[in-house]
Amino acid sequence: MAKITMVQAVTNALDEELARDDKVLVFGEDVGNNGGVFRATDGLQKKYGDKRVFDTPLAESGIIALANGLATQGWRPVPEIQFSGFIFECFDEIAGQMARQRFRHAGSRTCPVTIRAPFGGGVHAIELHSDNVEGLLAQVPGLRVVVPSDPYDAKGLLISSVRSDDPVFFLEHMRIYRSFRQEVPDEAYTVPLDKAEVKREGSDVTIITYGYMVRESLNAAEDLAKEGINAEVVDLRTIAPLDEETILNEVKKTGRVVLVQEAQRLTGVMASVASLIAEDAILSLDAPIARVSAPDTPYPCSDAEGAWLPNKDDIIAAVKKTVNF
Amino acid sequence: MKKLDFESLKHNPEYKVLQVLDTDGKVVDKDLMPDLTDKELVELFKAMIWSRLVGDQTAKLSRQGRLGFFAPTAGEEASQMASNFAMDKGDFLLGAYRDIPQLVKHGLSLAKGFMWSKGHYNANDYPEELNALPPQIIIGAQYAQTAGVALGIKLNGKKNVAYTYTGDGGTSQGDFYEGINFAGAFHAPAVFIVQNNGYAISVPRKLQTAAPTLAQKGVAAGIPSMVVDGMDALAVYAAAKQAREYATEGNGPVLIETLTYRYGPHTLSGDDPTRYRTKEEEDEWHAKDPLVRMRKFLTDKGLWDDAKEEAYNAEVAKEIDDAIKEVESQPEQKASDLLKFEFVETPAAIQRQIDAYEEKEAK
Repeated sequence: MAKITMVQAVTNALDEELARDDKVLVFGEDVGNNGGVFRATDGLQKKYGDKRVFDTPLAESGIIALANGLATQGWRPVPEIQFSGFIFECFDEIAGQMARQRFRHAGSRTCPVTIRAPFGGGVHAIELHSDNVEGLLAQVPGLRVVVPSDPYDAKGLLISSVRSDDPVFFLEHMRIYRSFRQEVPDEAYTVPLDKAEVKREGSDVTIITYGYMVRESLNAAEDLAKEGINAEVVDLRTIAPLDEETILNEVKKTGRVVLVQEAQRLTGVMASVASLIAEDAILSLDAPIARVSAPDTPYPCSDAEGAWLPNKDDIIAAVKKTVNF
Repeated sequence: MKKLDFESLKHNPEYKVLQVLDTDGKVVDKDLMPDLTDKELVELFKAMIWSRLVGDQTAKLSRQGRLGFFAPTAGEEASQMASNFAMDKGDFLLGAYRDIPQLVKHGLSLAKGFMWSKGHYNANDYPEELNALPPQIIIGAQYAQTAGVALGIKLNGKKNVAYTYTGDGGTSQGDFYEGINFAGAFHAPAVFIVQNNGYAISVPRKLQTAAPTLAQKGVAAGIPSMVVDGMDALAVYAAAKQAREYATEGNGPVLIETLTYRYGPHTLSGDDPTRYRTKEEEDEWHAKDPLVRMRKFLTDKGLWDDAKEEAYNAEVAKEIDDAIKEVESQPEQKASDLLKFEFVETPAAIQRQIDAYEEKEAK
């Protein structure tokens, strides 16, 4: 057991899977000799050779199409899209092709592809690098969308994703890559897909969130505890399809819910979570559902991130409003 | 400052149109004549007749409402059937929506081909041994995926190719270029076929690009390319067969442009070709009919006659009848089945919907 960062946990998971299954292929722009722009694939080409870990031409549609084609020949591709804002270049290959492969074959074929892409704000990246595109992906039937919030989950969820015979979009928040370390087992282990996790138990209010906002929510919960408000924090982990059971159970337990996402209000997945709660747990609510999210503009210039991104204070304010309703 | 000669900077490689049979069924290029046995020549011609008959019948059944979507193929039998005839069962086919004849001759049952037209999920319930993807609706996607299939074949060390088709309009897509470029960069065994029938729905070929040939687009990927008389089955076969050999020998992909024509509309979904084509133009292409010249060639060799053709027509009519009966005996499609096809490991949220639909369907 070592204390490692999330980006090391990602490398670790890819290393485990490349070693375990010789059908696993890792490829993308600069993932080979260079080891990735975030070093997420560092050392893997040297260890497994350029037939298993390789660079591609600079074309996202070609990359995901390559993955979809390789999957027909029994390979288990783990392609990388360098930054989340570039998925528009390959949206047909994701939504029009990969996600419906099993469905359109009436179950007679599978498409075991795991796409990795960094995303998320707070690192002052240039335009179309940080965009929260997970809501678009979450609206694609047939696709699982996984967003880990810490190194332990990142390793276990990535191993589960690579082993899954269904396609997975695995989003890695750039602000979590190196901002903290966590104890992570050296050996392979899995964290189940489709399962949310209660990261902090609480009895007064349920904060439901994912990605980097899990950190902000946990910090908010610590501050709130000092004021006698006991908030629980649920990390969705798989944001599509949703873990409806955990969401409904936790909301019923506290009767108060605050939904927190970094994405703009009209994007992300919290509108879906809110509608689920309204449909199936409304009689358990003691206060209206509160939502914390970014303004409905395109992702801002990097210097405006501080004004634009939701943070701990926004979460605390929303929780207090809900608790005092 | 020296004046640059822009006209000389245009890159227009010379392509001689490859042809073996002229419109009278006479061999005009003995050197390119493919090495086919008499039996194989007849088999190839039968595949072309089969395609014409199945196409005619599909159009009728579609108009009667017994089948659905159909993109006519009449006129393209040499381009489609002869290229497919050059491939091996172990090769992987990625066709577009007009390439159902190749798919059926590659191993899909005709009944499933018809089910695809009708819109029944069993159409794409593929047998394990069928090396193909269902017809692609997103123009260009099949090209981009072909590079991946071909790389997969190469990594598996198999002596096979991935082969794919698009039309003239499809060459304008980004995925068209990405596909041939990726296959080139990975030296992957792929055969890319562009069936240039002159029109993308109503838009003539000359509005797609200023390039005088579509084959020369291969230059941008650094791969070999050629133009073939797409109404000449033997020329198409010769080109496809040699491209396949070149690719399986580890040399990388090839791009083939076939010059062809569709006699019918773009699809049966409301397209009216009289808006954009003239009778004279259609007559000109009917005179180049791939079946007519192949029939003359085989008749001259004593390999074909009217009696043989009548007998074969009857055989195909029976095959079509049987296939339609199978289509019409398919189970009704249920929402719960559709939900079950979505994931290998069904998430709880989807299972909840399956349960709800099964309850509704049981009533």
